[in-house]
Amino acid sequence: MSSLQNKSLVSINDYTPEELIQILDIAESFEKKMPAGLLEDKVISTLFYEPSTRTRLSFESAVNRLGGHIVGFSEAANSSVTKGETLKDTVLTVSNYSDLIVIRHPVEGSARYASEIAPVPVVNAGDGANQHPTQTLLDLYSIRKTQGTLDGLNIFMVGDLKYGRTVHSLLIALSEFNTTFNFISPEELRVPEGYKLILEKKGLKYYEHTDFTEIISRADIVYMTRVQRERFSDPLEYEKVKNIYILRKSMLENTKENMRILHPLPRVNEIDTSVDSSPKAYYFQQALNGVYVRQAIIASILGLV
Amino acid sequence: MSAKKQLSVSAIRNGTVIDHIPATSLFNVISILNLEDIDSQITFGTNLESKKFGKKAIIKVSEVFFSDKDINKIALVAPQAKLSIIRDYEVMEKHSITIPDSISGIVKCVNPQCITNHENVPTRFAVVSKHPVKLKCHYCEKITDEKHLVML
Repeated sequence: MSSLQNKSLVSINDYTPEELIQILDIAESFEKKMPAGLLEDKVISTLFYEPSTRTRLSFESAVNRLGGHIVGFSEAANSSVTKGETLKDTVLTVSNYSDLIVIRHPVEGSARYASEIAPVPVVNAGDGANQHPTQTLLDLYSIRKTQGTLDGLNIFMVGDLKYGRTVHSLLIALSEFNTTFNFISPEELRVPEGYKLILEKKGLKYYEHTDFTEIISRADIVYMTRVQRERFSDPLEYEKVKNIYILRKSMLENTKENMRILHPLPRVNEIDTSVDSSPKAYYFQQALNGVYVRQAIIASILGLV
Repeated sequence: MSAKKQLSVSAIRNGTVIDHIPATSLFNVISILNLEDIDSQITFGTNLESKKFGKKAIIKVSEVFFSDKDINKIALVAPQAKLSIIRDYEVMEKHSITIPDSISGIVKCVNPQCITNHENVPTRFAVVSKHPVKLKCHYCEKITDEKHLVML
């Protein structure tokens, strides 16, 4: 029996490095040959308490392409939550109808709580600003697929590194793989000290910058995130830095051949659309990889692989 | 005992004495140990003079002997408290308080967006640092530090 069978996935910390690799290997085999009908007699419920186009559609596509069935809701307004039902009651009820629950909820820790009360396994599709482990796994998959390895890469993380949950989870996951980190952000949005301490404890190198035009040539992966105006205490500061963290095609000239640009999406203006036609732009394929990775996670938890 | 010294809170025959409680934490300790629900005789004094704290509190509970697990729960509000087990008016054992590795249901999570502040879910923390105290929420994974400790 796989160690992942019946094991909920709530936080990226729930998986050992070996288990992360196991999921990536299964996803890779699904990408090569999708086992149609694998989820034929399975019902997956998707409880989306807040709207999320990409994540929800990706999960639903993942299940549908394996022949599984979906029940659920795409926003709390369409559910019994409007009648005042607690999360506990909804989760216990829906557990009767499905083999696995996928949940997105604005309240942090809600997925952990759901996993403790539900008799069926739970997959966290985002709990507020806390965790979004399937995004991290699809980021890892995209990195390994484009670089051929996860070991010893030079990863550039750009933008809002203070509040970005995808950045924090990816940083933790990559810290298992001898990564060198370059953090590029405005002073106000630097990586929190706690994460830097983790890297220091593991003996990993990291460098902090406020601009990346001069150093981008060293990157294997450039992971872009958006710098939002509302994160700044002083609006003038935002005006000063807002154009520094936009990736333009001209900046790709001297970059490595293997370099790829990732973004968790949605993008606003932090990657100029002129970049989209570059072979180094990988963000839309990255979104496709999410389907294979989510299939691998669901199939592993249900003990089907 | 010197002739000048006087007991501010009367002695007990059998039971537990918890001394060196900061005066400001007395009611937290009473609440954490659920002393309201104990039938036996309890005496306490507060705002007593203390060289260490300025003002301290003391609790004497007759015929009750707390487990280490229970008593360690008060570590967050009274880390320097001392526990004495009394039998026939004699101190038989003395214990110091140690902060446990996990804390359940005593402290509020500092994160207003945490599930424990939204639904009826008891709080749970891993103690990631004892000096100074830092608690990692089992649910939202945020850190509650000493400055932000609020007892439930």
